[in-house]
Amino acid sequence: MARLTKIKTRKRGDSTEILALVNHPMETGRRKNKKTKQKVPAHYIQKMSFELNGKVVAEANLGPAVSKNPLTAITIKGAKAGDKVKVSWTDNKGESGGATGAV
Amino acid sequence: MKRRTFMKGSLAGSVLAVAAGSGLLKPTDVLAAGWPKGAFDAQTEADMLSSLYGSSSAAASGKIRIKAPIQAENGRVVPVKVQADLANVEAIAVAVAKNPRPLATSVNLSGGATGYYSTRIKMGKTSKVTAYVKAGGKLHTASKTVKVTVGGCGG
Repeated sequence: MARLTKIKTRKRGDSTEILALVNHPMETGRRKNKKTKQKVPAHYIQKMSFELNGKVVAEANLGPAVSKNPLTAITIKGAKAGDKVKVSWTDNKGESGGATGAV
Repeated sequence: MKRRTFMKGSLAGSVLAVAAGSGLLKPTDVLAAGWPKGAFDAQTEADMLSSLYGSSSAAASGKIRIKAPIQAENGRVVPVKVQADLANVEAIAVAVAKNPRPLATSVNLSGGATGYYSTRIKMGKTSKVTAYVKAGGKLHTASKTVKVTVGGCGG
């Protein structure tokens, strides 16, 4: 299932911030469905990687304690306007997604 | 009493889920290669650190700034920003002391990435939020207490 991933970049002084927003439930596996009393199975993003011009600049490990629809951001130095940014993620069920953009 | 049985039930349930998960999720483990499962399963911050970075001693540093609310009304979404003004930052981890599993998220930085990590985490109750920063092969730490009025785990 395709999940929407959005990326955005913005200037922070002399570095550039890359923000990634993924539309994802981030279930911990501890929550219960109130009606059926069944546990909602865990479903969360585990890996997220940030690339600048094809080179990995950051690899984030996310756990179940990250909020729903996670917004994750890192900053990089020396990015120029027009540089390609790519964010990709994989979750514990093997789903993956990502987005590309430019600074 | 009701709450107590509920807590017991959810604890036992989570053990089962972990057991089932480890069997069922084998193919996923391959996909998410390098995901530090041991660190995310660790129940104490010391275990988490040694699993993640091979060392559990971290020195307090004034050069790490944590931007988080003093009081979070909703524990489900607590924005946390870590800014480390240290040279050669290699990794940043965010841990919540009183969550069932302390490690919330971590990031490995390389190339042109600077010592900054921003994320939103869930918190079960009022707790210390600690940032561990690995810079130049050493661990540095800083923490901040965030009050939570409504928890974000379970329920």
